[in-house]
Amino acid sequence: MSQTASAEVKPVVARNQALSWLRQMMLIRRFEERSAMLYQNQKIGGFCHLYSGQEAVAVGSIGVLGEDDYVITAYRDHGHALARGMDPKAAMAELLGKATGCSKGKGGSMHFFDVEKGFLGGHAIVGSHVPLAAGIAFAGKYRNEQRACICYFGDGALNQGCVHEAFNMAALWKLPVIYVIENNLIAMGTQLTRSSAVLDLTIRGGVAYGMPGFSIDGNDVELVARTTREALQRAYAGEGPTFIEMKTYRFRGHSMSDPAKYRTKEELEDAKAQDPIHRFERLLKQRGWLDDATFERFEEEVKHQVEEAIEFAEQSPLPEPAAVYEDVSVASYLPQE
Amino acid sequence: MPVIAYREALNQAMTEEMERDDRVFLMGEEVAEYDGAYKVSQGMLAKFGPRRVIDTPISESGFAGIGIGAAMVGLRPIVEFMTFSFSLVAIDQIVNNAANMRYMSGGQFTIPIVFRGSSGMAGALAATHSHRLEAWYAQIPGLTVVLPSTPADAKGLLKSAIRSDDPVVFIENEVLYADKGEVPEGEHLVPIGKADIKRAGSDVTLITYSRSLHATLAAAERLAADEGIEAEVVDLRTIRPLDLETILASVVKTHRAVIVEEDWPYCGIGAGVSDRIYRSVFDELDAPIARVAAKDAPIPYSRALESTMLPSADRVIAAVKEVLYRG
Ligand SMILES: Cc1ncc(C[n+]2csc(CCOP(=O)(O)OP(=O)(O)O)c2C)c(N)n1
Ligand SMILES: [Mg+2]
Repeated sequence: MSQTASAEVKPVVARNQALSWLRQMMLIRRFEERSAMLYQNQKIGGFCHLYSGQEAVAVGSIGVLGEDDYVITAYRDHGHALARGMDPKAAMAELLGKATGCSKGKGGSMHFFDVEKGFLGGHAIVGSHVPLAAGIAFAGKYRNEQRACICYFGDGALNQGCVHEAFNMAALWKLPVIYVIENNLIAMGTQLTRSSAVLDLTIRGGVAYGMPGFSIDGNDVELVARTTREALQRAYAGEGPTFIEMKTYRFRGHSMSDPAKYRTKEELEDAKAQDPIHRFERLLKQRGWLDDATFERFEEEVKHQVEEAIEFAEQSPLPEPAAVYEDVSVASYLPQE
Repeated sequence: MPVIAYREALNQAMTEEMERDDRVFLMGEEVAEYDGAYKVSQGMLAKFGPRRVIDTPISESGFAGIGIGAAMVGLRPIVEFMTFSFSLVAIDQIVNNAANMRYMSGGQFTIPIVFRGSSGMAGALAATHSHRLEAWYAQIPGLTVVLPSTPADAKGLLKSAIRSDDPVVFIENEVLYADKGEVPEGEHLVPIGKADIKRAGSDVTLITYSRSLHATLAAAERLAADEGIEAEVVDLRTIRPLDLETILASVVKTHRAVIVEEDWPYCGIGAGVSDRIYRSVFDELDAPIARVAAKDAPIPYSRALESTMLPSADRVIAAVKEVLYRG
């Protein structure tokens, strides 16, 4: 039983805020496009999962959080980190394995962290961070703070046991956590229809645990924002967790090494017609909040910002060899060799 | 000095640390209303209330993760596993999240958490309930692994573990819970990473930890009385980081070593410690290191079989005679 947040035409936020969301989505898209190129040039190693196509989810939901709230996500984390205000320079330097990276070159694409911004990772074991989110929310409640934690994960992660353990405890203890499932209809190469016995995910994630469950169009940034804001209010009011399915689509393969042969060109083109950036651009233009000149200026600005980040990352030093033993523990570290 | 049981010593450690620091709380299965599966947390719910002594559903992976999340943002959880055998379903959380978080984040997050609970062959519980997983955890950079053998060490080490800013795997032993011993009151801290000479001697070094200490000490007394052999008994107490200094100082003095453990022999702590000794002081040894460990088979139910798995005083004595070349 899913509840659909009422579609209303009224703007969710003021013009400046809406424009900054559009710009943020454009920044993420540009960042990912350039990351793909750098990956192809072998400047970026390992697994690199791009966020292109899903930007409205991170931008709309993080956009309504308070400064004290926490954000945690899976390995497809560049978009959430940038939406939370991580410096693109630190993000890009991390991708290039540099000492100036957001995780000092120890985490890479899948493990971005930014304690200052309340960005708590970047977690690459599918589902494993979902209990962490409950614990982060638990701490806020324990200290009687008005603080929520928003946690993103994929449709594939919903099949992991610890996710359901966490949902149950979050609901049982009314923890201030917002669980956002980014349903892009696929987990690596496994379509949702081949992984989930029940296709209404609000039944598996919300109803099953007595949590309110919403299922919304995740490519509508303002709807994402409005729904998240309701969940945030519930969290602040001590009413417990909310489960929100945000339907979206990833334009690229699962990771940079995936040619995505499991889908047709038509499917991808249909999805691109729903590109969240262009939808928002059109909406803002209709409203008279955006003109072509401003849009083009944004394009130039984000291009410049990403090139600056790349420049910074390229110029940054690699970690010193001794860094291998740094930050293993708070106590002085004794390698057992 | 008061004489109390190992379980009471653990209870005192948690109670005192919770009194001094509101960030410390206890969570796990049956820790609150049931007073603990092994009564380690007896009376703590009554004292601290349900905000700080928290019963969880049977979801080890979930509540281990909740503890780690809470630790990421500044709380200091004590997560009880009814036994470490059940930590197997939570091992991803312990290894990937607790141990790696600081490193992966370039030092931005600390995980001040204690995972504690019983362990070992408790008596006719068969293969699933008799695990000794200390070697698994000790292999992981980022974890501290502690195994107290006496009530005094249990209290002092648990207090240190709770104050540690790093994740600590604190492995108790089911068979030791009722053991009694003198335990200092109040601010009694035993340092992490320091072994303890539980018996001084000059003829052979016996290296052990946790429950096996007791069979080892019994063997040492019999060796002294019956054979005039003076064994030095080193209780490791912390197996990661290893107190190599204390081990080597003893081996350099006695020139002979026997390692005694309840764990399996292959790839375990005994294997790791003997490797360290050989590579450090090979020339000091007058005999190959001998090892007493569990037999390399799953743990059987029948006591007739289970008892043969444990390191007994007889097995320790036989190993000592081997390294002393005494038939
Ligand atoms: C425990 C675990 N199993 C398998 C993997 C490999 N893996 C990484 S991502 C992924 C698919 C996850 O899909 P989904 O949760 O839908 O997220 P999406 O990639 O679509 O964002 C798989 C199988 C992993 N990282 N962790
Ligand atoms: Mg998916």
